[in-house]
Amino acid sequence: MLPSCVRSVCKKAIPNKKALGILTKNNYATEATFETKPYRLHKLEESPSTTVTLTKEDALKYYEQLHTIRRMETSAGNLYKEKIIRGFCHLYSGQEAVAVGIKAALRPHDAVITAYRAHGWTYLMGVTPEGVLCELTGRQHGCSRGKGGSMHMYCNNFYGGNGIVGAQIPLGAGIALAAKYKGTDGVCVSLYGDGASNQGQAFEAYNIAKLLDIPAIFVCENNGYGMGTSAERSSANTAFYTRGDYVPGIWVDGMDVLAVREAARYAVNHCSTGKGPILLECATYRYSGHSMSDPGTSYRTRDEIQEVRQTRDPITSFKEKITSTNLVANDEIKKIESEIRQIVDEATKKAKSDKEIGLDELTADICSEFLEGSVRNIDVFSPLPHKNIGPAVNK
Amino acid sequence: MAVFTTRTLTLQRLSKLFEKRFISVSKTLSKDMTVRDAINGAIDEEIERDDRVFLIGEEVAQYDGAYKVSRGLWKKHGDRRVVDTPITEMGFAGLAIGAAMAGLRPICEFMTFNFSMQAIDQVINSAGKTLYMSAGMVNVPIVFRGPNGCSSGVAAQHSQCYGAWYSHCPGLKVVAPYSCEDCRGLLKSAIRDPDPVVCLENEIIYNSTFSVSDTALSKNFLIPFGKAKIEIPGKHCTLTSYGRAMEATLLGAHELKKQGIECEVINLRSLRPLDIETIHKSVSKTHHLVSVEQGWPQCGIGAEILACIMESEVFYQLDQPAQRLTGVDVPIPYAIELEKISIPQPKDVVEMVKKLLKK
Repeated sequence: MLPSCVRSVCKKAIPNKKALGILTKNNYATEATFETKPYRLHKLEESPSTTVTLTKEDALKYYEQLHTIRRMETSAGNLYKEKIIRGFCHLYSGQEAVAVGIKAALRPHDAVITAYRAHGWTYLMGVTPEGVLCELTGRQHGCSRGKGGSMHMYCNNFYGGNGIVGAQIPLGAGIALAAKYKGTDGVCVSLYGDGASNQGQAFEAYNIAKLLDIPAIFVCENNGYGMGTSAERSSANTAFYTRGDYVPGIWVDGMDVLAVREAARYAVNHCSTGKGPILLECATYRYSGHSMSDPGTSYRTRDEIQEVRQTRDPITSFKEKITSTNLVANDEIKKIESEIRQIVDEATKKAKSDKEIGLDELTADICSEFLEGSVRNIDVFSPLPHKNIGPAVNK
Repeated sequence: MAVFTTRTLTLQRLSKLFEKRFISVSKTLSKDMTVRDAINGAIDEEIERDDRVFLIGEEVAQYDGAYKVSRGLWKKHGDRRVVDTPITEMGFAGLAIGAAMAGLRPICEFMTFNFSMQAIDQVINSAGKTLYMSAGMVNVPIVFRGPNGCSSGVAAQHSQCYGAWYSHCPGLKVVAPYSCEDCRGLLKSAIRDPDPVVCLENEIIYNSTFSVSDTALSKNFLIPFGKAKIEIPGKHCTLTSYGRAMEATLLGAHELKKQGIECEVINLRSLRPLDIETIHKSVSKTHHLVSVEQGWPQCGIGAEILACIMESEVFYQLDQPAQRLTGVDVPIPYAIELEKISIPQPKDVVEMVKKLLKK
């Protein structure tokens, strides 16, 4: 969808002769308003606004974030094909607007936990592309020093990266409980896919969160497929925004970063004003297979993927919006893209050339207070010393 | 689901006999209490001490605990600190772990550890591994506690020891208190520990009364993990045990003493870290070793202890092969006589030690 531009307005005072919605400084707008697809509501009276306003500053920021994630994932895919990234590698390409839109609605004290498709979120929550890519190649400048890999990245207020499908949902409810317990108005966003939404613990988490009025935002990223099983084949009810039953829900176009931001703002407000949990379903799409080992073509057609790329791509459509309204110039887009290319290229180079951590770190950080004296080695004769390297933030 | 189970008369008698005669606490006995009250007091004091500490689980609040361990705590501390959950172990264990990741200090009660299997992924994968996976960034200060092991008359699904299961996993600490002193000291240490701790209690022992020393009554009484306690010193044979199997071990040791055989009884207290050093020292003195547990034999705690001895020079100190007394390799049956013979009894301890010593 290419949501229509309704009008462009000047942020600053402008001469009368220049009507609202027309260009301003250097012939470019500083703010524009767009119309989103309608939201679908579950147990909610009021909808998030379908009219959304975007400042130039935010437009530049979101474009940078969207494009960085896409570029980083492309690089990750290549590194995997070069066999430099090992094991599992789940790419986020196609789903960027979900993360960027939600992040835009969060405050510094809000927290996030997601599943194994974690690269984009890790970057948005504060880790550099270098920190992400070095983690993917298992090197020392990786955000988990190479010990976590693709699925286990963390930073302040970002709790992973959980490799067990659905396990992050109750964890996220617990992180949200901690915010409420401490008396802040913080929320926690727990993201999971349409596949994970059928896990029993998802429903357990909805139930406890509702009972305890926990400020938990459950986000179902419905990309259409849980591995190779389509939502229709895995879920008796594919209206995922209603699956929380007594938890209110919103369906939002997850390919529209502004719609996601608006719905997420609504959700943050809902939770932080003591109304308990809320569920967002973001309708999105993943271009790659489930993981790098999945060509992603046996359960869907190449035409389907092409069609989404051409008609609903979250980055192309956002670029079209911000350039057609003259909020951002094509030159500025090119500049951002070139800067990102440079950053990601350098990060990729680093991810290839960086060293792995020392072998002595095999036995680091098993416990934050290790009490066993030493760690048993493969044999009993050469025990290994334990050491603590990370900050263990909850000590 | 579990129901509140009272002790059989036999156990009551054994317990009383044991309390009067063999309990080895410090000489300045100051207070008798049940294990239930010892655990209750430890939780109460720690909730009071640290605002981050809260108790969460099924029936812990308004019902006063399925086994009445948390009696009165909800009335005293309120909804924020004592939290009832629905019967959804994976959900509330995950919730508690998430809260710990975000800086709280939950005490997550499993009504019994049998139900922790519903949540074992969260315990091991989320609580036990996050610190390592995050390169030391996110430690998870949480306690999982509840009754473990053989109960009485509740059949196979409600009677199982998780000592081996949890102590198998790096990243978890596992303790198994026996007496009131153990419960107070180990539980308080567990709550103050910055890492996930599994605290394996036993339903049958909840009613047992022990004398508790002044020292152990202190609000800051902590028992360090990885230190076993020599309950009875002896020179002829080392007996290692933990949790409720301590009963049979101590009663067996008493019977042997009457026959002139002095066993050194080691209460392991913590299963991970395991205090192999104390066992080594003891075996170097007694030259005989029998481990006693209620759990199954394969890959059990006894299997680990024997393997550790086998791998060390202490092996040469043994005059006879070290032996294990374990639960019989069957799911625990309901029928009372079958149940009784499926876990080690005092007479099994007596017979095994005499066999080893050729007496």
